[in-house]
Amino acid sequence: MKARIHITLKKGVLDPQGKAIANALSHLGFDGVEEVRQGKYIEIDLAGSDSTQARARVDAMCAQLLANTVIENYAVELDA
Amino acid sequence: MKSCVIVFPGSNCDRDVAIALEASSGAAPQMIWHGETEIPECDLIVLPGGFSYGDYLRSGAMAARAPIMRSVVAKANAGTPVLGLCNGFQILTEAGLLPGALMRNAGLKFICRDVYLKVENSGALFTRLYSHGQIVRIPISHHDGNYFTDAAALDRLESAGRVAFRYCAADGAVSAAANPNGSLNNIAGILNGAGNVLGMMPHPERLIAPELGGSDGRALFDALAEALQCA
Repeated sequence: MKARIHITLKKGVLDPQGKAIANALSHLGFDGVEEVRQGKYIEIDLAGSDSTQARARVDAMCAQLLANTVIENYAVELDA
Repeated sequence: MKSCVIVFPGSNCDRDVAIALEASSGAAPQMIWHGETEIPECDLIVLPGGFSYGDYLRSGAMAARAPIMRSVVAKANAGTPVLGLCNGFQILTEAGLLPGALMRNAGLKFICRDVYLKVENSGALFTRLYSHGQIVRIPISHHDGNYFTDAAALDRLESAGRVAFRYCAADGAVSAAANPNGSLNNIAGILNGAGNVLGMMPHPERLIAPELGGSDGRALFDALAEALQCA
């Protein structure tokens, strides 16, 4: 089973890297870029096929290490 | 004073802080590898600066989960003084011993230069040889020193006087212009609620003697040595 995890900065947390990316895009001539927020994407291959159990384990992984919940949110998708 | 310096793969200020501790206390600290599980009886634990685990995932994130950290957290919670400098501060926040997080510098650049700090709390174990409001010059050297926490936690820090150091101008003015990295309220260092844990981004261990270009960092180590000598 594969877990796909998106980690993003919480609303209101300044993202200077996202701002720099937005600036660079506008320098390249891409108009209409209103905001860029940069995050992380992590894939984990998990043994077992119980998706309820897998979700609980990945949630615990996010809370304990993968995300810093002071500044970040995370979203988990599971593929059987 | 018996002190321990925790060494992680990628620590690079461990030897500097060991020299500073020995200069002030007369005793060389014990260097403890991150893979150990028990810290021996000691009066002070230091988490040094550097780039533990290459800053993988987030600065300090991997180090905060290293085997030795369980013992660091247990001893900190039992009252042992713990000092985290630069990467050590990042590790302390990741380990939950201090609130908040150190994010990428607002200007996105790695900054290595001397800054001025205002001593905001001179009553702590670590800062008692500075005077309240004293301006000291200490270098910073970091990419991720932008202190952030939520409004409620910031209010708790400020109202309890737990901000130990703030970035300021040479004349002591705490302003946006004197803030090198975008830290909330110009915060450079904070204490935990019990006052036995200090995390700070600047490097006092780099300025402990005139030959090094200044000695404003020395008083921090002298204060610890004096307070913990007979402990």
